[in-house]
Amino acid sequence: MNARSDSLTRTKVTRPSRAGDRLFAGIATGAGVTILALLAGVAIFLVMKSWPALTARADELPGNQNFAHYVWPLAFGTLLSAGIAIVIAVPLAVGVALFITHFAPRRLASTLSALVDLLAAIPSVIYGLWGIAVLGPKSVGLQRWLYDHLAFLPFFKGPPSATGRTMLVVGVVLAIMILPIISAIVREVFAQAPRSLKEGSLALGATRWEMIRMVVLPFGRPAIISATMLGLGRALGETMAVAIILSVSGIVTFNVVSPSNPSTIAANIALNFPESSGIKVNALIASGLVLFGITLVVNMGARLVIARGVRS
Amino acid sequence: MATSASREQVETQQTATPTTASGPTAIEVSELNLYYGSFLAVADVNMSIERNKATALIGASGCGKSTFLRSLNRMHELVPGARAEGTIALDGEDVYSPTVDPVAVRRRVGMVFQAPNPFPTMSIYDNVAAGLKLNSRRIKKADLDVIVERSLRGANLWDEVKDRLDKPGSGLSGGQQQRLCIARATAIEPEVLLMDEPASALDPISTLAIEDLVQELKREYTIVIVTHNMQQASRASDITGFFNIEAAGQPGRLVEMDTTEKIFTNPSNKATEDYVSGRFG
Amino acid sequence: MEVAAPRLPRYRHLPAWAPWAVYGAALALAFAMSRMTGVNVALLAVAAVVLAGLVVHAWSRTVEGARQAVDRTATLAVTSAFALALVPLVSLLVTVVRKGAERFDLEFFTHSLRNVVGEGGGAVHAIVGTLIITAVAAAVSVPIGILCAIYLREYGRGKLAAAVTFFVDVMTGIPSIVAGLFAYAVFAIVLGPGIRLGVIGAVALSVLMLPIVVRSTEEMLRIVPDELREASYALGIAKWRTVVKVVLPTALAGIVTGVMLAIARVVGETAPLLVTTGVITSVNTNPFAGRMMNLSVFAYYEYKTPGVPPEPYFARAWAAALTLIIIVLALYTVARLVSRRYGTEIRR
Repeated sequence: MNARSDSLTRTKVTRPSRAGDRLFAGIATGAGVTILALLAGVAIFLVMKSWPALTARADELPGNQNFAHYVWPLAFGTLLSAGIAIVIAVPLAVGVALFITHFAPRRLASTLSALVDLLAAIPSVIYGLWGIAVLGPKSVGLQRWLYDHLAFLPFFKGPPSATGRTMLVVGVVLAIMILPIISAIVREVFAQAPRSLKEGSLALGATRWEMIRMVVLPFGRPAIISATMLGLGRALGETMAVAIILSVSGIVTFNVVSPSNPSTIAANIALNFPESSGIKVNALIASGLVLFGITLVVNMGARLVIARGVRS
Repeated sequence: MATSASREQVETQQTATPTTASGPTAIEVSELNLYYGSFLAVADVNMSIERNKATALIGASGCGKSTFLRSLNRMHELVPGARAEGTIALDGEDVYSPTVDPVAVRRRVGMVFQAPNPFPTMSIYDNVAAGLKLNSRRIKKADLDVIVERSLRGANLWDEVKDRLDKPGSGLSGGQQQRLCIARATAIEPEVLLMDEPASALDPISTLAIEDLVQELKREYTIVIVTHNMQQASRASDITGFFNIEAAGQPGRLVEMDTTEKIFTNPSNKATEDYVSGRFG
Repeated sequence: MEVAAPRLPRYRHLPAWAPWAVYGAALALAFAMSRMTGVNVALLAVAAVVLAGLVVHAWSRTVEGARQAVDRTATLAVTSAFALALVPLVSLLVTVVRKGAERFDLEFFTHSLRNVVGEGGGAVHAIVGTLIITAVAAAVSVPIGILCAIYLREYGRGKLAAAVTFFVDVMTGIPSIVAGLFAYAVFAIVLGPGIRLGVIGAVALSVLMLPIVVRSTEEMLRIVPDELREASYALGIAKWRTVVKVVLPTALAGIVTGVMLAIARVVGETAPLLVTTGVITSVNTNPFAGRMMNLSVFAYYEYKTPGVPPEPYFARAWAAALTLIIIVLALYTVARLVSRRYGTEIRR
């Protein structure tokens, strides 16, 4: 049997036969375009289904108000809860990231990171259950203390909730949920802080904290900013924890220790959608559109900050 | 695996007379200019690569030898913005003609790279057979066995791996991996085999093994080998071409090409003489 | 003339055991006081650590100097941050395990809530629903995601690729409830309002899974060295065959890990399913007809709208929560094991 002649015919140098390549490239490109189409589709379909509510007369919407008045308390609650979460989570996340990269023994770094990342793996509904069953009741004492001593601040005007189902607790739970996201991004950047600069400052006699302040933190600043924005985006969209924990009355207030709280856009949808029909559904979807817009802006901003940080 | 009968046939194959293609010149290069975008990397190359001989290309780093080598099998244009002007004629057919599919060119002009790169998820057997199986040719297992054995024998690797053909290709030593890559390249029976510094990542013993292999391979294939190592060029090749650039930013050019003996003992060009006697590079 | 050798300044240090002793003593005191006065132990522990921190700072300042004192306080702050981050994790896991154990029995896994009021019943309909919806979501998002990653890594060039990669990033930030609303809107326009189907939930989940699959697959394709692609091209193998038969198999372990992480992310999603799949008490295996229950919605409803007395409902909710956590942890663990075995670490 001649291996040379019958199984291998000499390939003539011929016309391009790129059909397979063109087809596959087309399919792959199609998948890429699908992403763009999907995002556009989200916007389009949401607008289609929100339109009736956006253009409704005041008496058609729940609460006898036009859409702007309907969505304003929800937007306020969304921003307030996310704001509390960010204020708590960012310093903690930066601290955790510093601990893992610069204070803990090197060998443990990956285990400790996995532990913190575990916080991100837990489904939000479980955070909600834990918040209402454990954290809320346990925090009643603290919230009462805050009311007793700091009621001159608008945040603690009170009267304090007896169940702990307050905006403060929601903010804390949201903070725990977004902490791993912020920490993971910041941790990676801290780990890449230029070694020569760090060793240089230590060689000049700086303490570890001074080295961190002079080299690591400035190096990580763009990452901290963009991680904060990403965490903010996540907190804005969080639904279940808020829906389960928060005791809602719908008023707009900065009072975070009382049982009367504004709801958030996402929680409001979760709570009311299953039982709604007609124009109420449109109103809920329209509020979702508003949420989509807010998170879109925040996320795009975060990516642009990263891009600018990478370039500089 | 092959029976003793077909093993005889395989052994006869190795001493058979060389290829069916005609003419002493395998590749004729005329007025070749190679660009990366608007930057001219290699200028005005004219050369004839002779069939069944080993041609070495030498020169200092950055003078375009590898770029030129890659243009011979149209791998140069994989870099975005890269293009070639001029003609490269393989057995009389212009490789850069617009009707020609680069994929077809690469089946006739094979390549072995500087760092051995066997496919990590495939066994030794599958690595050698990759060029055939991945091109979806329907080949009977028995035929494939014969080809794999022939290629591995041709790369002087058969005896070392014949008992572990189903083990991963990445489990071999550096020198063995490179011979595996050579076997993989020859399995599809190209006419020309390009080798881009094939021994530079290997230890001296493996390097000598590769050089000996080149002497055997040239009986069946036309070899073009780029090397930094002048001793290697003088040991392993019949013809040598010297590439050089005049100054930084200038394109590389083929300065002189002649029999290896002449280049290394009595070159015509001063720059060549400076290079081979070690005055620069 | 004799030149005196320069005197090196003397650095005094706190003894190494000093901070440990102070913190240890403070915490012991806090536990004791909590036992005696009944005040919440966590609050007292925090107060104790803060006070101890001040003591150590003052002590260090007098012995070692201000800069060292600040360094010690910074170390305390950073370590406390880490400990603080772990406290909710431990508390949550302990709570779920303790409360979920009550109904973590055979009946829970073999019965649904059909005709169940009060005690008894189970979540088999929810578990089946979770599996089906997640499977459909994966079936949709994984192929598209892998192909999109192939486009970005192997074919994409210029403005289109830049736009796609930018918007994939943006997509990771879509709130899950918005994805649910989108899926609902699509089906409502086609099939009429008030529609609730398992497949709508699956569509919402695939919107959430897609960017994760794309990003992690892209990372894996990036790790495959270019030399392998070159070797394949040099054999005269067409580009698409190279991608399918050389690049993808080499990246396969990492891609599988990425898919598992994407699944782990969506298996616990509640909000998008609340608005798309409805509530039902019995098993439904057809995603294209009728409502479908799933584990997270089950847990939510059992807790939010219990009957009277509420305890059996709460117990079922916690058991469902425990099941969910076990599933998620199992997926994460297997993914980590796979990636460690094949030597590729996935970044999120």
